[in-house]
Amino acid sequence: MTELNLIAASDFCRYHEVEYTFISSLEEAGLVELKVVNHTTYIPETELQKLEKIIRMHHELEINIEGIDVISHLLRRMELMQEEIRQLRNKLR
Amino acid sequence: MAFIDYYQTLGVAKNASDKEIKNAYRKQARKYHPDLNPNDTEANKKFQQLNEANEVLSDPEKRKKYDQYGENWQHGEEYEKYTRQQQQNRRQQSYTGGQASSFEGFGDDSFSDFFQSMFGQGGSSRGRQTKYRGQDLNAELQLSLKEASETRKQAITVNGKNLRITIPAGVENGQTIKITGHGNPGVNGGPHGDLFITFLIADDPRFKRDGSDLFATIKLDLYTAVLGGEVTVDTLNGKVKIKVKPETQSGTKVKLKGKGMPVYKKENESGDLYVTYEVQVPINLTEKQKKLFEELAKAEQ
Repeated sequence: MTELNLIAASDFCRYHEVEYTFISSLEEAGLVELKVVNHTTYIPETELQKLEKIIRMHHELEINIEGIDVISHLLRRMELMQEEIRQLRNKLR
Repeated sequence: MAFIDYYQTLGVAKNASDKEIKNAYRKQARKYHPDLNPNDTEANKKFQQLNEANEVLSDPEKRKKYDQYGENWQHGEEYEKYTRQQQQNRRQQSYTGGQASSFEGFGDDSFSDFFQSMFGQGGSSRGRQTKYRGQDLNAELQLSLKEASETRKQAITVNGKNLRITIPAGVENGQTIKITGHGNPGVNGGPHGDLFITFLIADDPRFKRDGSDLFATIKLDLYTAVLGGEVTVDTLNGKVKIKVKPETQSGTKVKLKGKGMPVYKKENESGDLYVTYEVQVPINLTEKQKKLFEELAKAEQ
């Protein structure tokens, strides 16, 4: 991964008005992946969408990290089930 | 433009306290939040309505104004200003022709006309600012089965910009592909969102599809079924002749290898076409034919 695809965690935190500790606790919980390059923490661009979604859930819906973990897991299952439904529906056509 | 009962939207009484409004909003937002209801346009719409109701009822000034005018809001000063503005806009608008784009983003934060007439353009959109990365765009593209069986380049218009995309052969009905970086631009140097295209593949009366396999039913006359012969079958790439064995039963399946749909993103790999024979019993027989069948029946006994 090149540096072009990385966003400095400090810039991100400033923009979103979140503490760095919040992002690092998300990493500890295995919810996002961060990269450290030359002692600076970066967020890979591929993680950005997930991270922003987590922040919205946390800020707008007051859901804690454990709750976000459960929701993320259920959303993934829902996605798989929707895909299965789509395939089954196509079979019935 | 109809009056919107924001109290009803949030499900609270007209004399609800700030805390009750906040709780009602939170409760409903947890149900309809777009992040918890991906690709659900109805939930997204409902969330916008909740946001708008919350925008008004959680702001003491806006709530006071809303309560003051109530259902007589059309007599308000802001409404008159809004109406004048709308008329002016209509006069200034010129017709722009061209291809209409079916591309639209989910999660549009726009407020209703009713809101804008009472409070002016937009609002503070509190709680919807958590975006650095640009918004994703969702679109639908219709293809025929034949079109879906070929890798094709297609020009599409997204937000007024032309984009050439390659659609790999073998896409399925309802399948979504992601085109990275072609969503809305990000904020403060944030990356662009992505474009998601969902394919809608129309039914083809000749075939049923299951993944990369195709299924067709062919009517076979009794004489070919009994004596054998040849039959012409439609495939995606034209007609082919296949041999029918003598004494073929109705319901017999024949596999035409590689005549199905291409396997998605696997070059030179295709599914099969399964042909089922449906033997037709002759009708409106002549006297001579009837006699011949009677003879056959006797011979069978």
